[in-house]
Parts: sequence; C-alpha cells; structure tokens
Amino acid sequence: MAEPLLRTIGLRKSFGEREVLRGIDLSVAPGERIAILGASGSGKSTFLRCLNFMEIPTAGSVELGGRMLGAERKRRDGGIDRVYAEPELTRVRQRVGMVFQQFNLFPHMTALENVMEGLRTVKGVKAPAARERAMAELARVGLADHAEQYPARLSGGQKQRVAIARALAMDPELLLFDEPTSALDPELVGEVLGVIRSLAEEGRTMLLVTHELGFAYHVATRVIFIADGEIHESGTPDEVLKHPQRERTQAFLARHREFSL
Amino acid sequence: MYRWDFLPVLANADLLLQGLVNTLAVTGTALAFGIPLGLALALARLSGRRWLAWPAGFVIEFFRTTPPLVQLFWFFFALPVLIRVEMTPFMAAALTFSIQSAAFFAEVFRGGIVSIERGQWEAARALGMTPPQSMRRIILPQAVKRMIPAFMERAIELMKTTTLVATVSYADLLFQANEIAQKTFRPLEVFTVAAGIYFTVILLFSLMARQLERRLAVSGESTVH
Ligand SMILES: Nc1ncnc2c1ncn2[C@@H]1O[C@H](COP(=O)(O)OP(=O)(O)OP(=O)(O)O)[C@@H](O)[C@H]1O
Ligand SMILES: [Mg+2]
Repeated sequence: MAEPLLRTIGLRKSFGEREVLRGIDLSVAPGERIAILGASGSGKSTFLRCLNFMEIPTAGSVELGGRMLGAERKRRDGGIDRVYAEPELTRVRQRVGMVFQQFNLFPHMTALENVMEGLRTVKGVKAPAARERAMAELARVGLADHAEQYPARLSGGQKQRVAIARALAMDPELLLFDEPTSALDPELVGEVLGVIRSLAEEGRTMLLVTHELGFAYHVATRVIFIADGEIHESGTPDEVLKHPQRERTQAFLARHREFSL
Repeated sequence: MYRWDFLPVLANADLLLQGLVNTLAVTGTALAFGIPLGLALALARLSGRRWLAWPAGFVIEFFRTTPPLVQLFWFFFALPVLIRVEMTPFMAAALTFSIQSAAFFAEVFRGGIVSIERGQWEAARALGMTPPQSMRRIILPQAVKRMIPAFMERAIELMKTTTLVATVSYADLLFQANEIAQKTFRPLEVFTVAAGIYFTVILLFSLMARQLERRLAVSGESTVH
C-alpha cells in the first residue's frame, strides 16, 4: 500500500468532561474515498473537524503526507501534549479542504468572488489568474453561468456546488465533506452528489460523512462506522453496508432502511 | 398673540452659517478619528488577549459612563494643567468627542462583529485564512453592513451632543444662536431657526444612510475589491 496521505493515531477529543473521540486510528491512502457513518452525536463531525484543525485534538496525533503535525510539549506531570502553532495550521488547512453542511458561502461576494477569495487572499494569486482559475472551477461544478450571482440568489444545491468549487480552487490534497446534502431539499440532493461523484472519478482523496447509504455504497472505497467516538466497524462498502458483522452497525443500518422502498 | 419676526435672524444669517460650519467641523473630526479608533478598541476588546482587552474595555466603559460635559471640561481645563499645552476650544472639543464617540462606536463594531455566524469564521479558516485575514475580508464587510442603522443613530447622537461645546466658548451653531438671541432680543425666532437647521441637516444624513443601506441590499451584497 502507498504511503498514507493522512494518518490519525489514537486521536482523542473532549469537550470539557465529555469525551467525544476516544482514540481513532485511521490511515487514508491517496485516492481513497472513505464514507463515515454513525448515529447523531457519535462524533463524526468532530472527527472531520480535527483533521483540518477546526477543533484541536485533545490527545493523539495527525500525520499529513508522512509528517506529524504539531510539536511536543512536556506537561508538568511528565506526560506529553501536542501543541499546534497557528501558521502550521493555516498551511494544513490549505491542503485539506472542507465542505460544510450549511455551505457557509460568503454572502457579500458573488459566486465567482467566493471561489477567488482563497486564491487571492491566501495564495496571493493575481486577480486575472485567480479569476480564470475560479471560472474553471465553477464550470466544473456546472455553474459558469452563475458566476456573477450572489449566494442569496442561488438554490441550496447551487450554493453547495459553489462551496465545492471554492474548496477545489485551493488544490487540496484531501477533501472533507460533512453531510454536504443534509441541508438540501430532496430534489436538489442529486446535483450535489453528482458533482462529488465526478470528483471521485478523478481519483481525488476524500472523507465523506453522509446518511446517503446508496451513494456511499457506490462511490466510497471504504466505509467506517463510528459509535461512541470509536471506529466500531470498517471495511469495503459491501462488507459494512451489505454484510455488517457487528450488532450496532446492523441496528444502525436497519433504522436507516426502515422507510426506504 | 406673539408677532413672529424673522428679519433679525436673517440679518445674522452669516453668523448662524458659520456656527453650522463649526458644528459640522467638530462632528466631522470626531467621526474621522472616532470610527477608526472605535474599530481599534473593538478589535482590542475582542482579541482575547487580556493585556489588550482589559485597557480597551476600561476606556470604552469609562467614556460611556461619564457625562460628556465632565469629559469636555476635563480636557479643556484640567489637561492643560497636567501637560502644559494651550488647549483651544476646538482642540478640546475634537479630542473629547473623538474619544467619546470612539467608545460608543467600539460597542457598535463589537455588536456587528459578534453577530456574524460562526460558520463564516469557519469557512474563512478552512480556506487557510489567518484570523486577521478572516476579520478583514469576511467578517468586517458583513458586520459593517449590519451596523449602518446603529452607526447612524450614534452619529446623530454625536452631532446633538456637540452642542455642549458652547460651554467652552466654541462658536458652534448653538453658541452663535445664543449670541444672536441676546443681541436681537428675538430668542424665539433664533432658536426656532437653529432647531430647524439641526433637524434639516440630521434628516439629510439619515436619508443618505437609508439610501446607502438600500443600495447595498439591492446589489445582493457588494463590497469593493
Ligand atoms: N464545540 C462543542 N462543544 C461542546 N460539545 C460539542 C461541541 N461540538 C460537538 N460537541 C458534542 O460532541 C458530540 C459529538 O458531536 P458531533 O457533531 O461530532 O456528532 P455527529 O456524529 O457529527 O452528529 P450529527 O450526525 O448530529 O451531525 C455531541 O454530543 C455534541 O454535543
Ligand atoms: Mg455532524
């Protein structure tokens, strides 16, 4: 197997007393597409958010491209903490793109300006080149003709596609999707999933939290089921979704299928 | 029945006009310094660094809770004793109202900044923006737009508060009106006209602000690149 693009080792995260992630070990090879399933509150979002350091892990470590992030610091009691400097996290976030459930487009900018923003402000790309690149990304998600629209004028599906283009413009090595279609009306889910599938076909590496089991089955190369802040079951889509071994996975899938056709 | 006679006021129109110019000069100076200083105070208070947040908070609260007249007297009568500078009425007025309005604008800025959804910060950070970049490019432009009504409110309040400068013999609109009233024995007419001038100027400003708000709303949301 190729050297992992991303690896988490014993990743833990607590909010005060509440331990949400209890030691997650996951290795992501280049080109892998991992679907993350789990009940509400099981820690799926927290896990994704630890990978681009929107949340700082309480313990454990993250390796990106073979390099361990952060620096060690001795605690008074002799234990060791990892500390993360803001400049390093800023660089990591450029390499790990994120797409949010609520899109979080910048409402004061047009679709085009949204996509250009990271190029201009973070990468310092000159306006003409940034514009060209942003237009190409908008075209890729099928929104070239909406470039001058403000987010308020776009449908939910269009907003999410702009958000995907915005993330892609930064050339991320890894893409994180946190329930990208959960805030959408059912008839708009397809257009967003279509874009994500086309990215999968390009061989991009991605982690996707989703409740769309069918999509996970067809697009993911691996599925992991998180329960109580741990990876409870992991395997190919066929193994986890069709032949789950563990009881909680089976129960979760049964609940999801209860009302399907 | 009182017989109105505006002719004496008209004869002194140049004095009133000069008063208006002086009022606008103090208000304009206070805005020009107060807004950037207010932003700086707000950012310091929100910085999360105690050595910045605490002094900023103190300045803000101090100038919001002490009467403006006391501040004006302090800058005009007390400060020159301390640092031995000649304080003109204009300097004292400009200094007082710059800092005082900065304290109020700081709270307006802070309110606008904290009203922006967390998701906006997250989207900016997720692109790799530093906190200052996120503030400048994403948060502030949206916050300022939301602040326009509160901001206008403060600016109007400021213009009205500047009437206090008459107490240190700065020849603002109210001071001039008072002079004319004593000279002509026509206080009713003079102060009616003075009130009318304040009303007109402030109304014009509000209409302009309303217009600006509407423009920003129509274009979706536009910021200049
Ligand atoms: N910033 C926070 N402060 C305190 N508790 C938090 C915070 N973020 C998440 N939590 C808690 O951590 C737990 C896991 O949350 P998380 O959002 O990761 O779950 P999830 O699996 O994504 O759930 P969902 O399917 O509802 O999105 C929840 O109990 C949540 O209340
Ligand atoms: Mg979640």
